[in-house]
Order: sequence, then C-alpha cells, then structure tokens
Amino acid sequence: MQWDIVIGLEIHVQLATQTKIFSGTSTAYGAEPNTQASAVDLAMPGTLPVPNENAFRYALMFGLAVNAEIGRRSVFERKNYFYPDLPKGYQTTQLDKPIVGPGYVDVDLANGETKRVRIHHAHLEEDAGKSLHEDYHGMTGIDLNRAGTPLIEVVTEPDMNSAEEAVAFARKLHSIVTSLGICDGDMSQGSMRFDVNISLKPKGSDTLGTRTETKNLNSFRFMEQAIAHEVERQMDILEDGGKIEQETRLYNGDRDESRSMRTKEEANDYRYFPCPDLLPIEIDDSFIEDARARLPELPDARKARFKGQYGLNDYDASLLSSDAKLASFFEEAAAHGKDAKLTANWIQGEFSARLKAEEKTVTESPISGAQLGDLVVRIADNTLSSAGAKKVFEALWTGNGDNVDAIIDAKGLKQVSDTGALEAMVDEVLAGMPDQVAQFQNEEDPKKRKKMLGGFMGPLMKASKGQGNPKLFNEILLKKLGG
Amino acid sequence: MTISRENIEKVAVLARIQVDDDQVSALEKDLGNILDLVDQLGAADTDAVEPMAHPLDAIQRLRADEVTETNQREAFQATAPATEDGLYLVPRVIE
Repeated sequence: MQWDIVIGLEIHVQLATQTKIFSGTSTAYGAEPNTQASAVDLAMPGTLPVPNENAFRYALMFGLAVNAEIGRRSVFERKNYFYPDLPKGYQTTQLDKPIVGPGYVDVDLANGETKRVRIHHAHLEEDAGKSLHEDYHGMTGIDLNRAGTPLIEVVTEPDMNSAEEAVAFARKLHSIVTSLGICDGDMSQGSMRFDVNISLKPKGSDTLGTRTETKNLNSFRFMEQAIAHEVERQMDILEDGGKIEQETRLYNGDRDESRSMRTKEEANDYRYFPCPDLLPIEIDDSFIEDARARLPELPDARKARFKGQYGLNDYDASLLSSDAKLASFFEEAAAHGKDAKLTANWIQGEFSARLKAEEKTVTESPISGAQLGDLVVRIADNTLSSAGAKKVFEALWTGNGDNVDAIIDAKGLKQVSDTGALEAMVDEVLAGMPDQVAQFQNEEDPKKRKKMLGGFMGPLMKASKGQGNPKLFNEILLKKLGG
Repeated sequence: MTISRENIEKVAVLARIQVDDDQVSALEKDLGNILDLVDQLGAADTDAVEPMAHPLDAIQRLRADEVTETNQREAFQATAPATEDGLYLVPRVIE
C-alpha cells in the first residue's frame, strides 16, 4: 500500500537575551551549577516575576520575519506538573493568547521547488533546569542555571510530507533565527530543539492518521533519522493491520532506536490556568515598529542580493546566505578577494571542509575573511598555483604567518610566469624525452594526446621546483610540440 | 454535583497528595459541596463576556534586559537538605 507522510514540528528556540524571562539573572552559558539561579528562578516564596522586554522584542521580530499576525494582548498561563528541575511546580507559558499568531515560511527544496510551511503560532515560555542522573549516591543532581531562560516554541501546521522537507524547513528556521540574532543557533548546546509529529494516511486520503510525537531532537541529522525510523515503524504496524497508538516517543540517535515515553492515557493533565502573578501584556504599535526597525537582512533577501551583487548562481547564493555568520565571512572575503565566484568556491571547498574536519564554527575559524580574500587575489592573478594556494591556506590556518604575500615570499611559492624562463625549461625537458615527443607527434586520438601531454608536466614541475605556472607550461608545450 | 472516587484519586496523584482510603468518602462530600458552589456561577449569562485573564484592570510593565542578580548560591544552598558539586540533590528521578 502507498502512504502519505504527514509531519508537523514544534521547535523550542532559546532566545539570546542577557537575562532570564522573569528575572534579572544572567543566562550566560557554561557557568558553574546554580550560580545563575536567583530567588525568582528557585521559586522562593514571596518572589514575583517581572518580564524581560527583550524576550518580547525577539519574539516579535520572529513573528515579523515569518509574516505572522502579532498577538496584541499576550497572556501567560501556568502549565502544572511536578518535576525537580521545575522549582515552581508549573511552567509559565502561553496557551490561548500567544504573542505570535499564524504565519508562514517558504522553504527552497533540493528539487528546485518552493514549499510553503504554515506556522500555527509561536508562544513565549520559560525553560526548565537540568537533571543530572549520574550517580550522586543514588540521587539526582539538579542545576537550575537554565531554569527561566526565555524560549519561543514555534508550532507548525502539519504541512511537511517527507523527512527532506522537514529538515529543509528546520534549516530555514535555524537560518532565520540566527540571522535575526535572537538565538545563537548552537544546537549542541540545546539552543534549538525539535519535536516531530508524524502520522501516515493512505495515499490521497483526506483523513489524518493517528500521530506520534518524537521529542527533543537536537541535530538535523538525528531529526532526519528519527523521521525515517518512525515512518518505517508506523508503516510496519499499519501494513500488518495494526493500529498506531497516540504516544510520545524518545529517539536514541546513537542506536537508531526509539521507545515509548508515555501514551495518551498516561498523558499529563496540565491544568492550565492564567498566571495570577502576571498581568496581560499589551503590544502597542510603537513596540512593533521598533521591532520592525531592528530586523536585519533576512536569508531570502540576502540570497537575492548575493545573486545580484556578486553574480553567484542559485546554489552558491543559497549555501552562502543561509548562515548569517558564513554570509558575513563571505562578504568580508569577497570584498578583499574581488573574484566572488572563486571566493565562493574556496569557502565551500577548502574552508568548509577544514571547519568540518576540526568541528569548528565559522566564528572559530583561525582564518579571517580578509585573509581568505587576499589568498583569492593571489590565485586569481596567477601568483599562486592551486597547490601553492593550499600551502598558503595551511600556513594561515595553523598560524604560521598571517599575511598572504609574506607567506608566499617566505615559502617561495610564487609561480614562475615569465614565459622566457618557462620556455627554456620546456626546451630542456623535451630534449631529454625524444621518444615521448615522437610518440606524441604520431598520435592522432585527441584524448590520448591530452593524456600524453600530462606526461610532460611532471618533469616540468620538477624542473621548475613546482613553481612553474601549469597553464603557461601547457600553452608552451602545445606550441613546441605543434599540437 | 458529585465527584467520583476515581477522580479524587486522580487529582491526588496530580497534586502529589497522599489520600488514604478512609479519607475518600469525606473528600467526596466536601469536594462535591465546593463543586455545587462553583456550579451556581454557571447560572450567570456570560455569552458576551470576554474571559478575564486577571482581576486587575492593568497592564504588565516590562523590565530592561540587564543583569541585576548576583550569585547567591551559598545562601540558597545553606537551607537545602542535600547538595554536592554545586547541585541540589533530590531523590532519584528517571522518566
């Protein structure tokens, strides 16, 4: 039987505010346990929450960026449940009157199509603390530094129909929030966490099947794997004539396994009610206009500009514009490197490969955009061969010099492009290889000739100590050999 | 209005309150009375009334995003039953 896959996402986005949503406690990452947990965060009796204006500003900026209706009157609710990393016994969140109403995001797919994913709403809420289950004499350790960190939870409509679409949407959302600067986007530190709702229905059917929710996926790769895994699990059950149970599941990416966390019957009864500690929040026109004025260039606009300003093709423009930090690195490099296409190639090739190999982010790169641009200039003007360019790149990366021209001089990497000197070398090499020369001249097949031509390059590069310009060598060779 | 034994047990679980069997019948009566009282509100016509989020007719003020709190861990942990490595220790919980 053929099945349609239906996917909706819930995404927790940690907002990059200086302080918590309801207290003036720092949210800096990596502090000693519980040193950033104040009386309000600990839910000490008698404390009252005071909302952080930047949390609202960031949520508004998100709403404007996803073409959403803005909730003019925002109300907080209490979602009640007991867990030790939630000191108040409830999470302060929004239910009926979220700050961000319906909106949409357009996502470019690999096949060139554009998919519109509707946003149901996005609401503000606080994060919980962390439970550490390592053995503390059979007890659990609680770190409340994260408790009260502002989040927006973005809820989509079930508009995605494959793992590929869901991941493309997730990447786009990541690109939007990092471009806005409202989230640092560091998924390994939990700055963005995805819950995936999945159901299957017979192909073409209008009735949605029973869905399951897979919680807390913190990488795009795990998300893709978890979807594939869950689709297969549901398909197996349905094709055996079974029924899908509505439940929450946990996915273990390291083992590619999932298990049930709780079923609908066990689902919590959260007993939501409006939080009496917080008055309704009114968002007026001036606050909205202020947020709008703060909107930076968004990925779609940046992509269009990269195509126009730098003459990049769609593929290059997409890749370089989606990550705000990579985009500004590219722009810095292109400003120095002049040749935008060559700059783009180096960023997507050598540079990205090296970042990936060393698990570094763009901001951790030991090479600046300006340095890469200077390198590109020397490749474009033929000072460097591609082998020489890689040596300069290596030197910059490992900190053996910070000036491209100085490295070229110090390492003697300047390509010889003096035709007189190169011609002399060609004459000498050809004189020493009479058999190969004759063979070449008797060969008719252009493919074989090309291959034989390559046979002269090795000795030529050796004769020039690797510094001869291969393009010029090639031209001279053809001339001398009567090619 | 009556409340079932089952519901009393469920509410007790949600509220993490231990209710012994011999307390349940008294609770059935007491909670039933409270529900009757609340039920009288149902007689009011509220069709045209917007649900109220807060009894005060006021708007929440927002605070600037500036750090105002300092580290008071030692003071807070002085009253905690068990701590280690800066963590609060609680009976083991695994979901």
